[in-house]
Amino acid sequence: MSLDAKIVSMMRIPLKSGSRFVDKFFKIGAAMAATYVLAIILLIVVNLVSGSAPVWQKEGLGFLTGSDWNSEEGRESYGAAPYILGTFVTAGIAMAIGVPISIGIAMFLSELAPKIMRTPLSLIIELLAAVPSVIYGLWGLFVFRLYLKDWVETPLHNLFGDNSVVFSGAPFGLDIFTASVVLAIMIIPTISTISREIMLAVPNSQREAAYMLGATKWEVFRLAVIPYSKSGLIGAAILGLGRAVGETMAVTMLIGNSTGAAAFPTSLFQPGQTMSSIMANEFAEASQAGLHMSALIGIGLILFIVALGINMVAHLLVARVIKSHEGAVQA
Amino acid sequence: MITVEQRAEFRKHFRYNVGRRLVIDKIVKGVVFGCVVLAIVPLGSILIEVFTNGSAALSIEFLTQIPGAVGSADAGGIGPAIQGTIVLIGMSSLIGVPVGVMGGIFLSEYGDNRYGRTIRFFNDVLAEFPTIVIGIFAFVMIVLTLGNFSVWAGTFALSIIMLPIITRTTEESLKLVPITYREAAFALGIKRWAVITKIILSQAKNGLVTGILLAVARIAGETAPLIFTILGSSQFMAGFDGPIDALPLRIWRLSSLPYDNAVAQGWGAALVLILMVLSINIGVRYIVLRKKGRGLKLRMLGGAL
Repeated sequence: MSLDAKIVSMMRIPLKSGSRFVDKFFKIGAAMAATYVLAIILLIVVNLVSGSAPVWQKEGLGFLTGSDWNSEEGRESYGAAPYILGTFVTAGIAMAIGVPISIGIAMFLSELAPKIMRTPLSLIIELLAAVPSVIYGLWGLFVFRLYLKDWVETPLHNLFGDNSVVFSGAPFGLDIFTASVVLAIMIIPTISTISREIMLAVPNSQREAAYMLGATKWEVFRLAVIPYSKSGLIGAAILGLGRAVGETMAVTMLIGNSTGAAAFPTSLFQPGQTMSSIMANEFAEASQAGLHMSALIGIGLILFIVALGINMVAHLLVARVIKSHEGAVQA
Repeated sequence: MITVEQRAEFRKHFRYNVGRRLVIDKIVKGVVFGCVVLAIVPLGSILIEVFTNGSAALSIEFLTQIPGAVGSADAGGIGPAIQGTIVLIGMSSLIGVPVGVMGGIFLSEYGDNRYGRTIRFFNDVLAEFPTIVIGIFAFVMIVLTLGNFSVWAGTFALSIIMLPIITRTTEESLKLVPITYREAAFALGIKRWAVITKIILSQAKNGLVTGILLAVARIAGETAPLIFTILGSSQFMAGFDGPIDALPLRIWRLSSLPYDNAVAQGWGAALVLILMVLSINIGVRYIVLRKKGRGLKLRMLGGAL
């Protein structure tokens, strides 16, 4: 719409649009809507703390360090250590696979790809993030798991056998390794999209200076792009970690779900459990007011604190980089 | 004076050096391209599997009937799940859209201060949050308080998930409206709220719609929070204070059943869900790319942002 037409349409707005209080009310209303986010975060803390209070009273800090998990009445005992560890192990493996691939994708999209390929390729990568988690789980359970078992797990197992702790156990496909690989696929779009954005924010003068010295593409990337965007790339990776830590459905469907001390992640080819998967798995079995439910809510509280910390660090890192080059960022 | 031998020596080193660098460059380019292929293959595989396995299950009965008894030959359909997903999206939007848009207005128009930055920061943090935590929070807050699993609890959880997405896309699209529009309107003496609601919002409506659709696509596929809030049901909705079903939840349940026809139905339900989510995502991106939406950050995607 042209500006002229805009002014005409403006004329239909009465100049005396309400008393001077309307402006104030509008601002207050907007501020309240914005504050809702803070209120929700506060409410999450309050509710999770109060909901998990019984288990903290019974187990104390042993809830964090113990590995017993027994919901049988009379012998109830809850320790979340295997699941906390399982969360970090799966997320760590996912990062180890996902981050290098994501940085590679970001490099291709920001430095190498011909102009006409950039937009469609970015779209395709971003669509990976749009696929619901439960569909990753379904695909992992009935398709990907079998390929992984036959082509990766069995050879690795045959090669290293039960001598190595990491590859011991007969590969079945429902294990920590499968869950981690699918997690890696799920965090790739998050990390690569943000990394690409950060790399695009590196001023071209940096690249030109390196090209002028006769650097190859890879050298330009290593000497001019990486140092300039390092903290942002770390932030992007941590954002991916935040996603991997909280991911529920795909992990629940693929990790094999063991409980108690058996869930300690020792071998890649053994079933495990993460904080989110045990919540999803055992929720239906726990009575609404019992200690079992309280333990699950307690795990929710731990996950909340972990995720809050990770996400806050990541956002500080990413925001600092993107802000310092404001104006250079292209969507 | 350099001798001929020295010059030959120098050339040798130069060729070796440059040659090695060019080879490394080629290798890196190859590896990087391989990364892109590695990422695209799973997407291709997912789409192919969902379409081939899912299309066999599709029929009018499948889309409208209630699920059959577990393990029986008559597998029934996923009618309640489709209904539940639509109800949940509608209900969540009733909370998420107005609050999110107002929050976005605050961040864009009044948020250039310490408070605004704080809100923006926590908003971004919440956007990335594990949705299962939001689910268990909604369980403690709504389900335990009201005493049963309900549409309300699901609505509450999903509205929290869509809120940060709408807030941020609203903010970004309002900021794209040229400052001259505001100046012109203020010069005419129009009150600030009228300038925002009648002029700036109408200019930014593409971005707003984009954000809302992305948020809808996102919550349509959410499963984890629904386990704790709506529980799931094999009947059509009986009321807002009772359990209902939803597509992602139904896919999860079907996939864990040891019957072939249940799994086939799971693929069918996955096809319905993925068609819904991807068509929204692709549609939105197509519109945004064609129109002037350049500069609008679309990082907020289907998954965890």
